[in-house]
Amino acid sequence: MMKKEVIEMAQVIGQPLKRQEDIRLIRGQGQYTDDIKLPGMLYAYILRSPYAHAKILSIDTTVAKTMPGVVAIFTGNDLKDEVGLIPTAWIPPDSDLHVPPHPALAYDTVRYQGDGVAVIIAESPYQAQDAAFKISVQYKPLPVVTDPRDAVQDQAPLVHSEIAHNIAFHWRAGDNLDDIFSQADVVVKQQFRQQRLIPSAMEPRCAVADYHGATGELTLWATTQNPHIHRLLMSGILGISEHKLRVIAIDVGGAFGSKISCYPDEVIVSWASQKLHRPVKWTETRQENFLVTTHGRDHVEEVELAGTRDGHIQAVRVKVYANMGAYLSTAAPGVPTILFGLIINGAYKIAHASSEVFGVLTHTTPVDAYRGAGRPEATFLIERMVDLYALAIQMDPLDVRKKNLIRPDEFPFTNPFGLEYDSGNYQATLDKALQIFNYEEFRRDQENLRKQGKYIGVGFSTYVEMCGLGPSEVAGAVGFQGGLWESATVRVHPTGKVSVFTGASPHGQGEETTFAQIVAEELGIPIEDIEVIHGDTAQIAMGWGTYGSRTTAVGGAAIHMANQKVIEKARKIAAHKLEVNEDDVVFDKGVFMVKGLPARSIQFQQVALDAYLAWNLPPGIEPALEGTAFYNPKNFTYPFGVHIAVVSVDTDTGDITLMRYIAVDDVGKIINPMIVEGQVHGGLVQGIGQALWEGAEFDNQGQLITGSFLDYTVPKARFFPRFETAHTETPSPHNPLGVKGVGETGAIASTPAIVNAVMDALRPFNIFDLPMPLTPHKVWNAIRQAQLSS
Amino acid sequence: MVSERFPVTLTINGQKIVRDVEPRTLLVHFLRDDLNLTGTHVGCDTSQCGTCTILLNNQAVKSCTILTVQADGAEIVTVEGLEREHLHPVQQAFWEKHGLQCGFCTPGAMMLAAYLINQEGPLTEEAIRRQLDGLLCRCTGYENIVRAIKRAQEIIEEGDKERSQETAQSTWG
Ligand code: FES
Ligand code: FES
Repeated sequence: MMKKEVIEMAQVIGQPLKRQEDIRLIRGQGQYTDDIKLPGMLYAYILRSPYAHAKILSIDTTVAKTMPGVVAIFTGNDLKDEVGLIPTAWIPPDSDLHVPPHPALAYDTVRYQGDGVAVIIAESPYQAQDAAFKISVQYKPLPVVTDPRDAVQDQAPLVHSEIAHNIAFHWRAGDNLDDIFSQADVVVKQQFRQQRLIPSAMEPRCAVADYHGATGELTLWATTQNPHIHRLLMSGILGISEHKLRVIAIDVGGAFGSKISCYPDEVIVSWASQKLHRPVKWTETRQENFLVTTHGRDHVEEVELAGTRDGHIQAVRVKVYANMGAYLSTAAPGVPTILFGLIINGAYKIAHASSEVFGVLTHTTPVDAYRGAGRPEATFLIERMVDLYALAIQMDPLDVRKKNLIRPDEFPFTNPFGLEYDSGNYQATLDKALQIFNYEEFRRDQENLRKQGKYIGVGFSTYVEMCGLGPSEVAGAVGFQGGLWESATVRVHPTGKVSVFTGASPHGQGEETTFAQIVAEELGIPIEDIEVIHGDTAQIAMGWGTYGSRTTAVGGAAIHMANQKVIEKARKIAAHKLEVNEDDVVFDKGVFMVKGLPARSIQFQQVALDAYLAWNLPPGIEPALEGTAFYNPKNFTYPFGVHIAVVSVDTDTGDITLMRYIAVDDVGKIINPMIVEGQVHGGLVQGIGQALWEGAEFDNQGQLITGSFLDYTVPKARFFPRFETAHTETPSPHNPLGVKGVGETGAIASTPAIVNAVMDALRPFNIFDLPMPLTPHKVWNAIRQAQLSS
Repeated sequence: MVSERFPVTLTINGQKIVRDVEPRTLLVHFLRDDLNLTGTHVGCDTSQCGTCTILLNNQAVKSCTILTVQADGAEIVTVEGLEREHLHPVQQAFWEKHGLQCGFCTPGAMMLAAYLINQEGPLTEEAIRRQLDGLLCRCTGYENIVRAIKRAQEIIEEGDKERSQETAQSTWG
């Protein structure tokens, strides 16, 4: 897209403007939590359990306490009566949910490898670590269970003695479909494993706590996606009033869901700072990031699909064992239930669906949201089933999709679980994708290459996701222990420059620019005159953070509403000044004009100054110019799209090469196409990562054997071709900007597209399904097996 | 564990620095904690991620993999030293091409890029992707990093052209 030197006002939305936040970031002047250094700061090192399940017999800190620089050492026993438990903040209704107690430091039993048992606080990080090596902990190892299906068996060791069969919750949605399945022409059954993933944000987590004895105020810098939620939860855990707690997260180095949760570590440093009256910092090592920062996905899914012989899907149902890890992390129970179980029909008009989910505790790292959270799992399930169904009825998988996609005239569409999809034109995204990709030509090539012993495959994936999480009533109804609105203040300064305060807390998604574009367009002022402030609870009264692609759809809409309040007041002042009736004033491109008399006008900036001078304001108008709005959305938004992957498989090595990747997404109205494209790219790499390379594995003793970047493959640049991306724009009808949300689309659609493509390539070998990730070893083995048995 | 300290002399971003350090201090910690050059980040403890990459005697080096005492006498450039009067071509290109999202890997990515574009001849897209092996970025999907590096090469070429024109003019003038 062409960049214009001068961008005309009122055309700011839709332009690929360079990001405002980049200026500090490319100069190395970002303010990440680990960059914080305070006078007198101490450093914490958390000693962690090497066992996945063990009784703590004793902890001897006598030697460690005498080590140079050591200021204090605390164990679980020191904390347990002074700080609250780590909370679970999503309690899906009708699920009989038991929340196991989660102390900040284990004091009796450790339940996964990495569970903290002591904290060493010293003058330098090296000294804290030195002392940690001198602590001797005696453990009695106990039996371990890591697989969620094993964990529900009668003889399985219990993770928490009070939770029978390790089932933390059992949740169902949808009807009994036995009759439909028993009468169907075709029933396809398949078991899928949604392997566990490690979010791996490049910035490890970090927390710096600074408690002031005199004021009783605690300031916490933390790597978080939602500082206000953190403040709320920390207030409960620490017993400090919210107004005495300040949480700051200016620059956050990626998160992908893993920085939503409230973690023991930040509780520990906060409490330690209170105790010691000195600032305390804890910085996660990468090894700790693998062990204790929440993981994602991890389902065993038993899926059934019923359909007719001519390709009409009638019903889908799933029974899931969702591995929750050793404790229920902050948002974890909502992910496999509300965010997954209610959307398994995907983009298809399927009359009947049902979900049954067991949330199972095991001796593994707790899971929580990870990019897409629930929706990638749902999309994978239905998109793989469509391909298997197509195979069963000998129909082209593309034709099955065409036949079952919801049609444009069926919106708003109510899915079998009662979710109302706001708007969509799924055929348009498919058409656009097929303009880029010549399907018939591909099939011809595929045929010819097969004859030469070369195997290529194509995989399709359609998707719909729920984004723009809100409204708050729904949050309450589904058991999310928070609101899902967003706040914005647009403060116009006397010079006409603007500070925007948002309760959403972007961390890499570029909303400082997106939001500035909304303000520049609506107030008709230069984008350089706008700064966007976020990530500090002292500056922003309240907000709910950035996750679930809600920031622009909800936070952006709040800014739009705040702008309207500013304009409304400014119009009154302008009318007064122009000596006309308010209704006779039009506002366009930053200028208030008398209707029909464009020469009689006054600039927005002049009105701003007048509002502050307050020498001559209309009666009843208060000085100053700012607007604050709280936007509670009417519903979720539902982005959608079609992705196509083309792969080749080397049958001698099992290597998979990604040849083409086409993504056509509809994320509603696009504010900044450059940023939107960047979000899609990032998501694709993560989703393709799940299909081909990534997977966390524990051994039968609960040891994480993929515990570093050496064993867990985070994709690299050379794994990918150039992505081919395109968009259609179907605005959401119920938010004032028409935006839907883009952060997760790539991660949602790409995983099944890739697996479908590989399975398409392997069809001549009668291989129809393989568990992810599709590593060369797995693929090669499957091919060998097939060749041996034929 | 005895914190005996050793003197080191380094030139960092053009400035001579003399300090006493514990021999075990990693260069990245020395830069961040002792010199407050927090632009260089730490992303891992296995030398995999490349967020800590700096230029050490004009080579791209992972500063988490080298002790400060080993760097004694070296010339080091960190992200803070890239910009002189203007943004460095690499900074300009990362900004133009949206080569960053959260920005955490970015200083390391840019230092690697600065090293790469100093190599002989322009790099192909494929070669850039291969050369990025020492870098992990979880946000951008790499595509825009690749574009940014190509763009940085262009900016330098354009700059060279301008400069040679300027020289030509001044010779005639
Ligand atoms: S910090 Fe990861 S390579 Fe240096
Ligand atoms: S921009 Fe976030 S890790 Fe690269």
